[in-house]
Amino acid sequence: MKRIRVIPVLLVNNRKLVKTIKFGAETYVGDPVNAIKIFNDKEVDELILLDISATKNKQEPNFELIEQAAGECFMPLGYGGGITHIDQIKRILYSGVEKVVINSSIATNPALITEASKAFGAQAIVASIDLKKSLFGGYAAYTHSGTKKVKMGLVEYAKYVEELGAGEIMVYSIDRDGTYKGFDVEITGKIAEQVSIPVIASGGARNIDDFSDVVINGHASAVAAGSMFVFTGKHRAVLISYPNQKELKKNLYEKL
Amino acid sequence: MSKDQKIVIIDYKVGNLSSIANMLKKVGQRSLISDKPEDIETADKLILPGVGAFDYGITQLNNSGLSSVLNKKACEEKIPFLGICLGAQLLTQSSEEGVLPGLGWFQAKTVKFKFDPTETKLKIPHMGWTDVTIEHPSPLTIGLEEEARFYFVHSFHFTTEHKEEILLKSVYGYEFVSALHRDNIFAVQFHPEKSHKFGLQVMKNFVDI
Repeated sequence: MKRIRVIPVLLVNNRKLVKTIKFGAETYVGDPVNAIKIFNDKEVDELILLDISATKNKQEPNFELIEQAAGECFMPLGYGGGITHIDQIKRILYSGVEKVVINSSIATNPALITEASKAFGAQAIVASIDLKKSLFGGYAAYTHSGTKKVKMGLVEYAKYVEELGAGEIMVYSIDRDGTYKGFDVEITGKIAEQVSIPVIASGGARNIDDFSDVVINGHASAVAAGSMFVFTGKHRAVLISYPNQKELKKNLYEKL
Repeated sequence: MSKDQKIVIIDYKVGNLSSIANMLKKVGQRSLISDKPEDIETADKLILPGVGAFDYGITQLNNSGLSSVLNKKACEEKIPFLGICLGAQLLTQSSEEGVLPGLGWFQAKTVKFKFDPTETKLKIPHMGWTDVTIEHPSPLTIGLEEEARFYFVHSFHFTTEHKEEILLKSVYGYEFVSALHRDNIFAVQFHPEKSHKFGLQVMKNFVDI
């Protein structure tokens, strides 16, 4: 039986837990540390916490929040948002976080990835490639919460972040974020086939069948989801959930 | 209840140690993170963690003078000793990752995962949760008989012809040795401090030895 990592992604805006649709419209979800405690109790495989306001507000990572989060996580934790300097990465990792997620700094300071990868190991560095499909069907990567377009082609960009020293790539579909339309399996596969590091599929997850789809057909090494784990029902009522081991075995691991 | 014992987490500048102290705190045990030989000399139990390259790790231990203290505590005084991840690999004789000898407490070597690329699309490092099977009873593995899984991040794994030293096995592409045990010394490839109730059980068992 093969297990793959199923990772809740939590978004924080000015210390409030929120969930976006297509990186835009935000719904207030609750208190991040409280949510993290619940996810820890549900024995999630791993957790990713992204501060979507830090870069926008030109703020440093909220180290107090990160320390609190790390103290509640008896599983691996990744943190992203507002990371511009190696000292910040050191402080984050030394507070008990396993991985940092880098997005905007890939564009503004690519040397940071190489430096951090050498200092802390590639396994600690996740590059988030946020992508959108254009009207003409081509894809482009973005930084700065989907506002700045990357000139390089998508696959070339994925190889570039691998060469810089990233140990994992999170392929995050902006178009599908919060939409429950399923992962963008095709583009996840195109990237996963061209890099030798693990790819985390993100954006659009609706149910557990989407997980096996993107692993089998999109060669993802791990899957991430936001809305699916913080909302329930068509009115998106806040309810934190996570499949139990029985469900994961039956509907995911045994299909792989 | 915190047992009246001194558990020292050895700080040899290879990564984050606070998660291990945090997990020990959760089982009610205080611990000390230290790089001072005098703290390690007076410890009742030792934990050697670490993430990173083999040669860097062993050089850190040798240059800081800690290697000889660790040898004395683990091999002469025989206090309970737990190596985690790189800290576990350093207890073997050698690693394909480097050229320097390890501490050699186990008759085991550390080798790289090797897959036939025509047969598998598995990526290296092995990163994620994997089940373990217990190869022999030990105080560290009490209560882990059923469906225990742990979080792994590694590109290299133990191998040994000395079956009596094999504590746990796991499968990633093929079966590999995921923990070693001899007398008072335990070496685990996975991260108990990041493995929920299963890791908690391991740390509790170590505290209770």
